[in-house]
Amino acid sequence: MSSPAPIAAPTTGRGRRFAALVRKESYQIVRDPSSILIAFVLPLILLFLFGYGVSLDTTQTRIGLVVEQETPLTRDLAAGFQASRYFSVSLGRDRRDFEDDLVLGRIRGLVIIPARFEADHAAGQHPTLQVLVDGSDPNTANFVQNYAQATVANWERQRLEQDAGRPPAISTEQRFWFNPELTSRNFLVPGSIAIVMTLVGTLLTSLVVAREWERGTMEAMMATPVSAAELLAGKLLPYFLLGLTSMTLCVLLAVFLFGVPFRGSVAALYALSATFLMPALGQGLLISAATKNQFLASQLALISAFLPAFLLSGFLFEINSMPTVIQWITFIVPARYLIPSLQTVFLAGDIWPMFLQSIAVMLLIGCVFFVLAARSTRKRIG
Amino acid sequence: MWWTRLKALIVKELLAVLRDPKGRAILIGPPIVQLLVFSYAATLEVTNVDVMVLNRDNGHWGQELVERIDGSPTFRSIAFTDDQNEVRDAIDRQRAIAAVEIGPTFSRDIEAGRPAEVQIILDGRRSNASQIVSGYLGRIVGTLAADTPAGERTASETIAVVARNWFNPNLTYQWFMVPNLVASIALLIGLIVTALSIARERELGTFDQLMVSPLRTHEILIGKLIPPMMIGLFHITVYILAAVFIFGVPLRGSLFLLYGSAVFYLAAVVGLGLFISALSMTQQQAILGAFLFMVPAMLLSGFATPIENMPTWLQPVTLVNPLRYFLVIVKGVFLKDIPLAEVVRQTIPLCVIALVTLSAASWLFRRRLE
Amino acid sequence: MTDEPFVRISGVVKRFGKGAPALDHIDGEILGGRITGLVGPDGAGKTTLIRLMTGLMLPDEGKVDVLGFDTAKDPAGIQASIGYMPQRFGLYEDLSVQENLDLYADLRGLPLAERTATYDELLEFTDLKRFTSRLAGKLSGGMKQKLGLACALLRKPRLLLLDEPGVGVDPISRRDLWKMVENLTASGIGVVWSTAYLDEAEACDGVLLLNEGKLLFAGAPSELTGRVADRVFKVSGVTGRRRETLARFLDKDGVVDGVIQGEAIRLVMAPGATPPSAPSENAGVTPQATVTPPRFEDAFIDMLGGGPGGHSKLAEAQKPFANESGKPVIEAHGLTKRFGDFTAADDITFDIPRGQIFGLLGPNGAGKSTTFKMLCGLLKPSAGEGRVAGFDLRRDAAEARNRLGYMAQKFSLYGDLSVAQNLNFFAGVYGLSGERKKERTQLMVEIFGFGRLLAMSAKDLPLGLKQRLALACAVLHEPEALFLDEPTSGVDPITRREFWTHINGLVEKGVTVLVTTHFMDEAEYCDRISLIYRGRSIALGSPDDLKKQVADAACPDPTMEDAFIALVQRSEERQAAA
Repeated sequence: MSSPAPIAAPTTGRGRRFAALVRKESYQIVRDPSSILIAFVLPLILLFLFGYGVSLDTTQTRIGLVVEQETPLTRDLAAGFQASRYFSVSLGRDRRDFEDDLVLGRIRGLVIIPARFEADHAAGQHPTLQVLVDGSDPNTANFVQNYAQATVANWERQRLEQDAGRPPAISTEQRFWFNPELTSRNFLVPGSIAIVMTLVGTLLTSLVVAREWERGTMEAMMATPVSAAELLAGKLLPYFLLGLTSMTLCVLLAVFLFGVPFRGSVAALYALSATFLMPALGQGLLISAATKNQFLASQLALISAFLPAFLLSGFLFEINSMPTVIQWITFIVPARYLIPSLQTVFLAGDIWPMFLQSIAVMLLIGCVFFVLAARSTRKRIG
Repeated sequence: MWWTRLKALIVKELLAVLRDPKGRAILIGPPIVQLLVFSYAATLEVTNVDVMVLNRDNGHWGQELVERIDGSPTFRSIAFTDDQNEVRDAIDRQRAIAAVEIGPTFSRDIEAGRPAEVQIILDGRRSNASQIVSGYLGRIVGTLAADTPAGERTASETIAVVARNWFNPNLTYQWFMVPNLVASIALLIGLIVTALSIARERELGTFDQLMVSPLRTHEILIGKLIPPMMIGLFHITVYILAAVFIFGVPLRGSLFLLYGSAVFYLAAVVGLGLFISALSMTQQQAILGAFLFMVPAMLLSGFATPIENMPTWLQPVTLVNPLRYFLVIVKGVFLKDIPLAEVVRQTIPLCVIALVTLSAASWLFRRRLE
Repeated sequence: MTDEPFVRISGVVKRFGKGAPALDHIDGEILGGRITGLVGPDGAGKTTLIRLMTGLMLPDEGKVDVLGFDTAKDPAGIQASIGYMPQRFGLYEDLSVQENLDLYADLRGLPLAERTATYDELLEFTDLKRFTSRLAGKLSGGMKQKLGLACALLRKPRLLLLDEPGVGVDPISRRDLWKMVENLTASGIGVVWSTAYLDEAEACDGVLLLNEGKLLFAGAPSELTGRVADRVFKVSGVTGRRRETLARFLDKDGVVDGVIQGEAIRLVMAPGATPPSAPSENAGVTPQATVTPPRFEDAFIDMLGGGPGGHSKLAEAQKPFANESGKPVIEAHGLTKRFGDFTAADDITFDIPRGQIFGLLGPNGAGKSTTFKMLCGLLKPSAGEGRVAGFDLRRDAAEARNRLGYMAQKFSLYGDLSVAQNLNFFAGVYGLSGERKKERTQLMVEIFGFGRLLAMSAKDLPLGLKQRLALACAVLHEPEALFLDEPTSGVDPITRREFWTHINGLVEKGVTVLVTTHFMDEAEYCDRISLIYRGRSIALGSPDDLKKQVADAACPDPTMEDAFIALVQRSEERQAAA
């Protein structure tokens, strides 16, 4: 109250203004339950869901096995199925006993060793094995078919080698690099970290900026000597750090709780995550500047950021298998670049040519979002 | 008298959602996005696969194997190399999901009746897709093996595995996905619309207006229950029509059973929505609350992955999830024509959930008034 | 005082979307060292005009110069030298008082060396010293407003822009704030104070009076009130049914405006007209009309061409409620509400006989809303009971609710529903059906002139019409008791007159009214008032009784606001003594 009226000198005190904005934002994050919810609780829930709940590992799929006529050979084949780690087998004599189970989804498939099996086999008359699969879940159906086939092939090979001393004509040796046990958790958990950062970067940021508009504090800020760039930067830095914090939390959980291997370097992890937060935060800012309303912002953030990160990023679904038009759309989804890189950092190690390419594209998308956001957040209202 | 009041309330609720541009956006936007993105993009099928081949064999059989891979519609492109490092690089940078290595003695071994060997390297980072690719490649190698002289000799003894897919002979992924969506869209819309309905009235101040009217608490609850159910039934109907007429999913069971159980499913969903709504003070909280419920509900329903794949300690958690039961019914009615008894068996838990959530919501609702 | 005006507004037009412009060719000046009131009802364009002065918004036509800078060219220059307090004070609710001050000190570049002194001075000045560590969200309305002001004053601005600082604040805080701002003008600061309260306008050095985006008047308030000097009369000694008398007066030629003022009737006459004589029911007392000093509102109405007539078609259609039993219609017995260890309402007792208006008066947060909510059944009392028309609101809720009409403070109809849909909804909820529903809604449409607007969304209605629709929905079912929560705050004076004409008419037919208000004029419409302060009823009586209680030599003819402040202070003194 005692200083004379100042003449505008916007460059002086920039550092202090910026620090003040960052401090304010940090206090708010700590005191607002919804930021804690989105930045820490939601990530934990997601991580747990992907660590435990969502599993593409088809171990112990329930199938029925019908041995129409018991002979040493069919008993041996049945034992092959029972020994398989992929199946949990219930035995029966008659396929009709199992048909209802198949309809009701109690078993996923039914393997039938027909009565003529032994006779056909002995006579070299093309013995056949029937596999009835519940096609209503095509993914599981595929696995049941594949594993049934593999089980039979295995059994045959062993018989040929042991009894006839005849190895198979061609044997295949399969090696799954980076994840030899094919644990789906190993690639789902790193992928979900990208989704967590999308939530913090886009959903939370768009909500808090929209809230400032709704509560009228944005207006009060703008009527001070703060510049629009300072306002935006003061918003971004805390949420950038928050995003990295919740990523760090997730990584620690992934490694120490879920036992996901971490073969890359911490530097690569942070370089990738930090870059990813650019487009994520930029999108959040753009959404809030465009809507200025928490409700619309949250809906838009969910539809334009969360869903694509989930569905169009290669996280769960192969991009290559999508229709071409949708494949084009995935090119502008930042998570599409982060998720494979994160999976690589965890499972394969540092593959810098791949990372650099991802980083370049994410930076490019980030720049576009920032330019758009800055254009719509000038110091004007209405 | 009570009917006049209730009717006024139901008409108002419907109008409030339909006349509000934001409300309309919720009813139209997400359903379309969901239908298109999920049914076309969310597929666990694996097509357009890129593989790399390192063929050190210069005989006939190596060439034959490459041609058979090339001829398979699953594979989009085959890159050839003779450098082990390039294979490593292609897998590392995900330019190929699999690499097939054919050894130098491949043809010779086959001709000589010695066991020949093919090495397949797969990218374990994408374990689901690579398992499926390994299945495809395994089958190609298997048919090739059957055509070798050694294979032909044993052909008559080789066991043929004849697989038949019930309910979905070609394993069309959309037959699986679209019925799933019928159930999940009702969850999405029902939950959001209901969760917002009370919170919005609170924020706008119209809630007090309702409370001072002669409407009784249970009338308000019923008035809040029926409109989202009507909206949910509308979405279910639209999705069923889309399933049958756009995606060609066969409808083998009884629509009557489907709608009959849908009513209970929607009551359970709306009950959950009301519960969230009664808990939250602002629309913001209601949305976050709905979201917080929705994500686990979708993931732990058997939609994304079968419930039996989950750890045994987690499986009981899915018992409180209404989506779990209705998914069985929708898929069952569409593809399997499941019997009435099974529909009833799945509907009973829905009734229980509806009963619990509705009573909890009304209890909370009354308590909130104090 | 500088000669050059601080703000020069020339030919400013601002439009939002289609329809009438929000500001329509406004010209005006704001001088340093003075408080300039920006006066007008809600929606008049006050906030828009202030935003134009901050440079946050640009005019579509015309030009605004602030402190020598053009807002279009150099908003940064302006923003460095103004203090601005937006309507919701611009405070961060989850930051403490000190943190808010620090934030704005950093943003405005207050040197560290000066901080201790400045904070001391401002906290002293605003009396917030004890609360520096409290979160801003936990402050009362008055304290928030003072903190908002302190933040705007951190680096002494040349021009201070205050957008409705008086809203939601009790008269005592409002008076404090006014004194603070007056002190500032003494040091040459220019102050813009926007308000919908016309009594605030009267105290300003100069006003810009806005209505529906148009500038009605610019100049000193006394200039405006001067136009009705000697034309304002107070008719006292009207016994018996003064509302009916007022209604008859208003229908007479030459009467421009009239309101109930305690036990008297206040009339504004056309130039040259003499006040009509009132009938005397009591031979001992003859009604007398005396000239009384004009108020800003008298002049405003006169300028708008006078108020509506005194005739209420709504009341005419109302069937009278007979007062057979003589029992009170609304009763409060020892109503108490505790939230945790905080007592929001403490042992409140009163009753309202049929055909009376009862006012709950008090600052925000004092407990009047809590009392009001307990009486209409929205809150369950911790102790005591409330009855409406003899029914306990908790036990026979539906019966009781059928007999009451409710109108909330802020517009609380369904904005997305059309006018007709709102009417139908409320008719249905109150159990009207068939012929009767048709007849009553038809009647409302006629009375309030909704004919052409039936298909319009309620949220798109102008404020005055929203108010009418809210009243229509509240009285559709012919309630015995009406609960009105700050019914006319922010409404233009003509609509307010019309509103009270209807209410007065209904009361004459035996409808009983409970109204809450912190609006002093509105309190004068009541037969009796309970003054609620810190959860307790500290005074109960007719407006004139309360005024008489505080009249003394220094202030022989106190206004309602004087009475309010004096009674609150007395209560505090008693509290301190005890």
